Amino acid sequence: MRKDTSDLVFKYFLAVFPCLILLLVAGILYQLVSSSGLSIHKFGFKFLSNRTWDPVAEDFGALPFIFGTCVTSFLALLMAIPIGVGSAIYLAEYAPAKVSKVISIFVDLLAAIPSVIYGLWGIFVLVPLMRTHVQPFLGKYLGFLPFFQGPNYGVGFLSASIILAIIIVPFIISISREVILAIPSVYKESSYALGATRWETIQLIILSHAQAGIFGAIILALGRAIGETMAVTMIIGNNPSITSSLFSPGYTLASVVANEFSEATSKTYLSALIEMGLVLFVVSIVVNALARLLIWSVTTRESVTV
Amino acid sequence: MKKLLAFIFAVSLASVAWADATLINGAGATFPYPIYSKWFDEYAKMNPGMTFNYQSIGSGGGIKQITAKTVDFGASDGPMTQDQLNEAPGRIYHIPTVMGAVVVAYNLQGVKTGLKLTGDILADIFLGKITKWNDARIVAENPGVNLPDQSIVVIHRSDGSGTTYIFVDYLSSVSPAWKGKVGKGTSVNWPVGLGGKGNEGVAGLEKQTPGAIGYVELAYAKQNDLTYAHMKNSSGNYIEPKIESVTKAAEGVSIAPDFRVSIVNSSNPEAYPISSFTWLLIYKEMDDHAKGEAIVNFIKWAITDGQKYTEALDYAPLPANVVSMIQEKLKAVKY
Amino acid sequence: MQTMDFDKAFQRTKAKRYFMDQAIVYVLFLCAFVLLFILFSILTHLVINGVSSINVNFFIHLPKPVGEVGGGMANAITGTLTLLFLAVLFGVPIGLAAGIYLNEYADYRFAQVVRFTIDVMNGIPSIVFGIFAYVICVLPMKTFSVLSGGFALGIMMIPMVTRTTEQFVRMVPNQLREAGLALGAPKWRVIVDIVLPSSIGGIMTGIMVALARVAGETAPLLFTAFGNRFWNHNLMQPIAALPLQIFSYAISPFEDWHRQAWAGAIVLIVVIFSINLLANYFMNRRHRFLNGQ
Repeated sequence: MRKDTSDLVFKYFLAVFPCLILLLVAGILYQLVSSSGLSIHKFGFKFLSNRTWDPVAEDFGALPFIFGTCVTSFLALLMAIPIGVGSAIYLAEYAPAKVSKVISIFVDLLAAIPSVIYGLWGIFVLVPLMRTHVQPFLGKYLGFLPFFQGPNYGVGFLSASIILAIIIVPFIISISREVILAIPSVYKESSYALGATRWETIQLIILSHAQAGIFGAIILALGRAIGETMAVTMIIGNNPSITSSLFSPGYTLASVVANEFSEATSKTYLSALIEMGLVLFVVSIVVNALARLLIWSVTTRESVTV
Repeated sequence: MKKLLAFIFAVSLASVAWADATLINGAGATFPYPIYSKWFDEYAKMNPGMTFNYQSIGSGGGIKQITAKTVDFGASDGPMTQDQLNEAPGRIYHIPTVMGAVVVAYNLQGVKTGLKLTGDILADIFLGKITKWNDARIVAENPGVNLPDQSIVVIHRSDGSGTTYIFVDYLSSVSPAWKGKVGKGTSVNWPVGLGGKGNEGVAGLEKQTPGAIGYVELAYAKQNDLTYAHMKNSSGNYIEPKIESVTKAAEGVSIAPDFRVSIVNSSNPEAYPISSFTWLLIYKEMDDHAKGEAIVNFIKWAITDGQKYTEALDYAPLPANVVSMIQEKLKAVKY
Repeated sequence: MQTMDFDKAFQRTKAKRYFMDQAIVYVLFLCAFVLLFILFSILTHLVINGVSSINVNFFIHLPKPVGEVGGGMANAITGTLTLLFLAVLFGVPIGLAAGIYLNEYADYRFAQVVRFTIDVMNGIPSIVFGIFAYVICVLPMKTFSVLSGGFALGIMMIPMVTRTTEQFVRMVPNQLREAGLALGAPKWRVIVDIVLPSSIGGIMTGIMVALARVAGETAPLLFTAFGNRFWNHNLMQPIAALPLQIFSYAISPFEDWHRQAWAGAIVLIVVIFSINLLANYFMNRRHRFLNGQ
């Protein structure tokens, strides 16, 4: 009898904590919604499609920031997917075990570097390089495209996207690698037995089996890119603009919050910024939920942690 | 393991108990940050155990945080508007500390300090109407200067800023187009340009971006060897921003009792047109006795003895009549 | 004749296929190489720009007033350690208890809901946690504080700690549990005395990895820990932190501050890598334990 009570007490005591976690996430959502009430009430859904950001007239719209977040994340994925998936395949299928191990350690190192240090590197290494070499080169040879026109500042959408790509590549690699390694080797062996080369095996067996998982990894990386704050804030140029030029300075949802949150003087201004946080929150939940479902569909729950 | 935990726990308790020194938190303007950080450093040396932690997050931040009472004092170079004062939970005093100049700094190969600019031209550059350094209007003001055919990179503040306030206050007073399209505030809707965080951020971007034009406080320009323009004032003279020309800007201006006074575009013929006071924001009724007393004592020191540090950092000292007005005002502060 | 043609064609396609196979190796290797090159560039720049500023002064002095040369990041380094300590206090107990509950007691559907929430929480941008901490800690307490910064970092640790705890607790062989129960011990004693000690290595690894992740976070500290130019020993007051200091120095115009930002970055990376090494150490110990050594 005593045994039962003590066990029950322990059980219910522990049960408090997972409930606390659920409450915490609900609490975050509640706080974001209630703190941005003023802005939600005043601007409604037009908040998402308004392109003005005018603290003087108190007219706030999130469109330039949504645009900035979408453009940088998309470009980052465009650069990170080939490099990430390519490296993952190399590590899982080609590289000798030792090389694979060493490179994996480096990938983990890369993933461990905090974003403020990527930003530091971005300001003093990447941006000057972009301004003096890369962007003039792109402007000269691809300048007929609207993406590579306009004044060259060094900071801007393109530089921010490159930093983002570097930040998310390690995630794509480590998850894709797990997913690829999770494919039963019987499949691969049968493919080799039929005389297929490694590349054919990769195309026919690995990619087709791992595709959902790799896709999940990519979406997870997308979630990271959308929420990434410091490195982007340091090199995107901080100007809310919607333009086709990738050389032009931009702004993202996360970086406007980082820059202006502690300085927003009026209540509407602050609640507009918190509403940006809400948008980020909702988008990241949707993206992550999607990614998780995809990854769950190919691996067991245990084998992948990020 | 248990011993380790106990040790960590003891250390953390000890560190909490060690909270004897009075720590006073302030936040706001980056414009006076060099002089404030000097002051707080010197003051801490004279009064051990009295530390003023000042975070230069921008004037908008100073206004917001003092209103939310998350700091003990705020700092701003743009006076609070009547609406903002009404929103605050208590009566807020503006206490001027020093005067300074906002300079128009540029990064142009081969062009030294002293490029001549007018308010009109400046407004059109920041409106995006003038986009090249060799624009006819800039050339007309600067005969003999070899201006390159280079794009102008406008740099402005990304945070809520009193420096911005002073700058756009000036643009609004000289350019109807600016006043109509953008207006004034600590943050505005910039038509063009890159955003830098704080005076530090703008100066940083400025240094790293060829063809840049931006506005920073004089001390930042000097400390970082930025080149800056001489501005045409209301009497038609080109004035170099320096301590004397800023002091002139305040001469002949009647000081309002609440100290919220603008000295941009001064009518004095020797005045630099983009000059301003910068203010500390404090509550008339302080919640905490010890902190209130410390803040008032600090201000008394800063506006008298502290003024001797202004010159080395390129701020103009307060006029004598303002100092005595402040001393009178401080008597009303309750703590 | 026909077989000859077929052979030739076969040889040709075979050559083509094998050529393709080889070419792809190089393309894939190139991908990995690009990555290594970037890592190399970051590390060399850190060393070139930062090492010269790392000296005793850097570790024992406070920052100098604006524009003056010299000073160090002593307060930021201890500040970061204090924040991490608080983060552990906030995050680990919740994560640990929740992880144990999920594996030992929770029914399947509840566990799935919590797992899903945790995974989703893991992906919430760090800046959102900053906003949350500001709204529920800084505003009511009317001060930026160490506490609010530690809270923000702590809740960011929860998903990771919960997940790894659950995983490693699950790996404890059931025979061990049954042995305990058979001796008449109540389930909670079995958990505390048998399950936890046998999975502690893995759990510590999870804690360390989570800690390493939040150690470099800047965004959630911007409007919670806030920064401080001086020492602070009071939990209810703002405190300096390495990532914050690196950020504000990096965007500043002062050369000396740039050098110190690089130096700070080296220190931060060393801190993070050491935490990761600790994680590996615990992981290896766990393996030895499970192998019965």
